Amino acid sequence: MAAETTALGWWGVLLAIVAGTMRGGTPFLFVSLGECLTEKSGKINLGLEGTLLTGAMTAYAISYLTGSPWLGVLMAGLAGLMLGAIHGWLSQQPRVNDVAVGIAMIVFGSGIAFFLGKPFIQPSAPQLPTINLSNAAMPPALQAALQISPLFLLGLGIAPLMSWFFRSTRWGLYIRAVGDSPDAARAMGVSIFKVRLLSVMIGSFLAGIGGASLSLYYPGVWTERISSGQGLMAVALVIFAGWKPVQCLWASLLFGGAQALGPALQSVGIQEGYYLFNAAPYILTLLIMILTCSPKRTLSGVPGALGTDN
Amino acid sequence: MRLHLSRRQVIRGLLATTAFGATVKLGTGCAASSSDTVATDDQPITLGFIYVGPKDDYGYNQAHAEGAAQIESKFSWVKLSEEANVPETTAVAESMRSMIDSDGAQVLFPTSFGYFDPHILKLATEYPEVQFFHCGGLYQEGVHPKNVGSYYGYIDEAQYVAGIVAGLTSKTGKLGFIAAKPIPQVLRNINSYTLGARSVKPSTTTQVIFTGNWAEPIKEAEATNSMVDQGIDVVTCHVDSPKVVMETAEKRSIFCTGYHANQSALAPKGYLTGAEWDWANLYAQIAEDVKAGKTLTEGGIPHLLRGGLKDGFCKVSDYGLAVSSEAKQAADEAKAKLMDGRLVIYKGEIKDNTGAVVVAANEELKQLDPKLESMNYLVEGVLGSVGS
Repeated sequence: MAAETTALGWWGVLLAIVAGTMRGGTPFLFVSLGECLTEKSGKINLGLEGTLLTGAMTAYAISYLTGSPWLGVLMAGLAGLMLGAIHGWLSQQPRVNDVAVGIAMIVFGSGIAFFLGKPFIQPSAPQLPTINLSNAAMPPALQAALQISPLFLLGLGIAPLMSWFFRSTRWGLYIRAVGDSPDAARAMGVSIFKVRLLSVMIGSFLAGIGGASLSLYYPGVWTERISSGQGLMAVALVIFAGWKPVQCLWASLLFGGAQALGPALQSVGIQEGYYLFNAAPYILTLLIMILTCSPKRTLSGVPGALGTDN
Repeated sequence: MRLHLSRRQVIRGLLATTAFGATVKLGTGCAASSSDTVATDDQPITLGFIYVGPKDDYGYNQAHAEGAAQIESKFSWVKLSEEANVPETTAVAESMRSMIDSDGAQVLFPTSFGYFDPHILKLATEYPEVQFFHCGGLYQEGVHPKNVGSYYGYIDEAQYVAGIVAGLTSKTGKLGFIAAKPIPQVLRNINSYTLGARSVKPSTTTQVIFTGNWAEPIKEAEATNSMVDQGIDVVTCHVDSPKVVMETAEKRSIFCTGYHANQSALAPKGYLTGAEWDWANLYAQIAEDVKAGKTLTEGGIPHLLRGGLKDGFCKVSDYGLAVSSEAKQAADEAKAKLMDGRLVIYKGEIKDNTGAVVVAANEELKQLDPKLESMNYLVEGVLGSVGS
């Protein structure tokens, strides 16, 4: 076998996981940050799975039709915003359960994405440019891994920003108050309805951008199976991250890396148990749910009004 | 209060169910209904096609839809009734029923593997005058209704030719194959691809990665990237839509060979060739037979329709820019030999990749051999294992 070309062997697995964290972690990051914001205000939005698909479809379609991927990203966010508005309004009607609305929104979001996305499955849309952090002296595999998506960097910036927003701004305080103790917020003169509506909408905006990352960066196509449950996993991930934006970042990276594990291990000849490795993200989700959802102790960081009917 | 709440919940549940049903209908309701009310000059024949995915996925479904579209434009008396994105559940039974009842379809082509049992079997007994053609190898004489037939192509012949091109183009001698599941049809493609490559360059190896399902875009992309990192420079695949694999290979500047349909537009630099289905010939023949009054039930049309390159069930994509004249020549030669039957792919002695002999030295397994339809091994030179 030719010696010049680099066969990385076990380094390849490590590289795949590291690159996978950045490539595959980006949609998780946006959806989980969006969900974090939503849940901080005391509502759950399970519909982000549908938002993710709608975002992916919108981004791909707009990028294809206009030739501008950035406009696609923006429109994906706005499409998410609109789905968020529906959820935010509907889930706050009297005696309406936000989990049930969320499930309806999954079906609605994916249905609308499939319906409108039909003509865009085949064409190839212009992809988002990547930022090259490598130099020509590096091995080609490393160069490819260091093509960073600007969306990833954006997410990387949003996480600490959101953390600061919750901690140190008046608006962040309002959201926390509404999420933790709606009565106190009401006494402060804050409109619970408006705060929650805005939180859900902006959270969905972020999830829409996560969808854009799927269809315009990695894997860079629009198909109906593109999300494979990532929107729902991101909801579990927020619990795992304890409703802290910066921890959402680490959790997203972990999930992104777990996705790359199965294929990478097979490529170096670990053939046994690939179904198990391929299931790594889902197993991780389950483990998190089991570890964090014990009836014997309360979770730290859970917004007080989450899951209650007010 | 509690009673009141639970009633609300019931209503809520009903609403959610209705919403679900409505959206599902919305998502799948794209049937190009062409109901034939008046039979004019030449009595039209309505053919129903059902696809498991979208019709333009650069893959399995597109290959079938292209075949259907070609016969529609070829024969003025053919009317199509098509439905895409039909899951392998009772949904397909409903689609078939509405095609028969409201579109008047006399012949149905439910193309996905999982439609057969129990959906096609059930509908076939209910509508004995309708002919059902299923793509895949599941029909059994005497067991299944007489108005059911099966058709399938030996696309591994085209994979063998693609393997030759891949073997002669690869600089590292390492090929990659991204496969969905270790089932016989998939294994046969992997093996034929590898045997083709090793027939011209015996040191070639094929690394297999199973993604676990037919449509896993992210895993397919990860698998392609991992393969490139391991020095593999030609990849191919057996998944529903090869789009992700082809585009990722092109992005990483390696070569690829296609599957199902022609993907050269997705990888203009790296696309070498590919194994494509070519259903138009078969569909045209079935349409003409039905037009002539032949049926499966009376035996006018054989229940098992099989064929390879020679019979026009599959074809090899036009060679890409990167293919050398030497590779073209070797591939064309193999293609010609497969066409006239001089070349048998599974000809002893063949060992599997654990060293056991799977085809004995004096044995020749021709394409129709049922042994090949239950393949459960990977040949020598394939890096991978069929176990999970």
